Amino acid sequence: MKLALFADIHSNLEAINACLAHAQGLGADRYAFLGDLVGYGADPVAVLDLIEEHAIKGAVVVLGNHDAAALGRPDDTLSGNAKAAIAWTQAQLRDKQRAFLEGLPLIVKDGNILFVHASAAAPEQWIYVTSLREAEESIRAGNADYVFSGHVHEQKLYYIGADGRPLPFRPVPGTPIPIAKHRQWLAIVGSAGQPRDNSNKACYALADMDRSRLTFFRVAYDHDLAAQKIRSAGLPNRLARRLERGS
Amino acid sequence: MDLLSPGSEIDGFRVGEVIHVGSMASIYRLTGSDGPLPLIIKIPRLGPGERAVNVIAFEVCKMVLGALAQSPHHPTLVAFGDLETTPYLVMEYVDGVRLNEWVERAPIAPDEIARLGSALAMALHDLHRQDVVHLDLKPTNVLYRKSGEAVIIDFGLAHHSHYPDLLAEELRFPVGNWVYMSPEQVLGVRCDPRSDIYALGGLLYELATGRVPFGNPDTRADLRRRLSRDPVPPRALVRETPPWLQEIILRCLEIDARERYASAAEVAFDLANPVQIEITERGTRERPAGWKARARRWLWARSFEPAPCPPPSTQVGPAPIVMVALGPAQTEAPLFEALRDAARRLIAADHRCRIACVTAVPPAAALSGERYEETATGRHIKQLVELRRWAKPLQLSEERLTYHVLESEKPAAALIDYATMNDVDQILIGAPRSGGPARLFPGVSAQVVAEAPCNVTVVRPRAEG
Repeated sequence: MKLALFADIHSNLEAINACLAHAQGLGADRYAFLGDLVGYGADPVAVLDLIEEHAIKGAVVVLGNHDAAALGRPDDTLSGNAKAAIAWTQAQLRDKQRAFLEGLPLIVKDGNILFVHASAAAPEQWIYVTSLREAEESIRAGNADYVFSGHVHEQKLYYIGADGRPLPFRPVPGTPIPIAKHRQWLAIVGSAGQPRDNSNKACYALADMDRSRLTFFRVAYDHDLAAQKIRSAGLPNRLARRLERGS
Repeated sequence: MDLLSPGSEIDGFRVGEVIHVGSMASIYRLTGSDGPLPLIIKIPRLGPGERAVNVIAFEVCKMVLGALAQSPHHPTLVAFGDLETTPYLVMEYVDGVRLNEWVERAPIAPDEIARLGSALAMALHDLHRQDVVHLDLKPTNVLYRKSGEAVIIDFGLAHHSHYPDLLAEELRFPVGNWVYMSPEQVLGVRCDPRSDIYALGGLLYELATGRVPFGNPDTRADLRRRLSRDPVPPRALVRETPPWLQEIILRCLEIDARERYASAAEVAFDLANPVQIEITERGTRERPAGWKARARRWLWARSFEPAPCPPPSTQVGPAPIVMVALGPAQTEAPLFEALRDAARRLIAADHRCRIACVTAVPPAAALSGERYEETATGRHIKQLVELRRWAKPLQLSEERLTYHVLESEKPAAALIDYATMNDVDQILIGAPRSGGPARLFPGVSAQVVAEAPCNVTVVRPRAEG
């Protein structure tokens, strides 16, 4: 099984299409969308319809905090720009998209793999996994060999060493990392739709579960078009600039 | 662990005689393989009574060897079996002599040490350029092929910055050979290529003196002595150790990685060009530091923070070697100045870069003149003077400048050889003079451009008027 993992797509149709095409080119046969399908970007309807099609064909999809906010659930942690984009998104969504979002779980466990947007320790609290302690809590709570998540926009891999402590690793895009089953792993696959590490290339990861290999990728996409759509929609200019600069 | 008997088969590989039984793995020859290379199979020691680190070392070895580009400096990985099923690694059998054969005869002659050390430093540089730090250099992990090239083996404790460091978890107890272990490794740092340069210094020390710099520590306290103590200078043990060799050895063995050579290529360069080394107090020291300095060091060591380690490939880069090739007759002021301008720009771009000034002349036998200037020595000195005259206005310190007069019928080939052997990063060469007879280095620059192993800049003085 070659499992393609996408997170924090944020209504960026150009980015998710580029990542999907890249993963298909590498033989992906299973897909997981790890939350924050909407927010920030200008294509919530098209992105949700696309992901729903994959869901019907068996893709895993979990809810993110921006998706919850788009459903009207209060979220005080969102910034002003994020709130403005959520208000705009709510006006775009029709019953079909709302029903799809309403039906999404916070967490999906499939055998030894766990899918969640933020921390598996408390999925509804949208905890940012940015330290070893949070990583360890998410791994322990997940009780799986592999936890795949998003929420934090940068790609990162945590693994439990033989002495039980978690260790962090910043992956090198394109390098397949052996992820042996006798360890526990937490992969944050990075944001497809709004990268923030000074690169405007979309992030995703591809897990070859048969060969126990995980590869993080950065994919170039038409960020100018995505940014232009944000400006045309009247969304905050800062959100367009973020896509252009990747920061 | 029981040894396999000859004739047993693993995944279709027929096991032959046992070559080595280590604490982590056993190694056998393979028989009946009809491929181009003789092969060995390495089987980790796993199971009851074996150490957990053996598993990790197997994973690391497979990961790192699998990631390295094929090179004469490490064995090629041919096949492997997974941990979950039958763990093994099939690799090239390296036909060579282990470094410990020389170590057993130590002290050995300085030029022999320079040859062995320079080849090993080149092999290390090859690893470091690929973001791998070996971290377990010792006399049994280094072999020399008949060609003289060094081969580094056993990557079970190595660090590759593109992969999670599976051994980082073993920090409670520094893994690796304690004899040659760098101070930062003692403190758990596993990502600094300069740790290998420290171990290289330890090996050179042993070849020069027959002793290891800090004995064979068997307690952690013993191991930590290298955080505060200088080794006894080689010259205090073997009086004949030349200062240049001691300079290199002690610079490799500096406690703070920032005080060592920045790259193994620089060590190789110095070992290959000993007469050019600027000797500091390090090189002439006759005894270890006195008690006052030791007390200062001890206080300093208590708060010793190892140097941070950025990814190796960005570290190996900082001290590039620039070769300036001057034709024996290319002495006109405008060309000299144009070459200096080009060199100044490179020096400004990287304040640590080293300049090798090189010229190539026909061999002595081809000189038949009777005047002193036409004798071999006279010619050689005249060329050196020209090279120095060229370099002087750059106002670089002597340790960053070297001068070489190569003797060869084929100047271009000699320059290319030099650049290859010394891992030169960039060549500056004067253009043949346009117009007029092409008597200056005719055709040489074209051949260097075509065949050099690195960037070449052909420098032409601005036309007048």
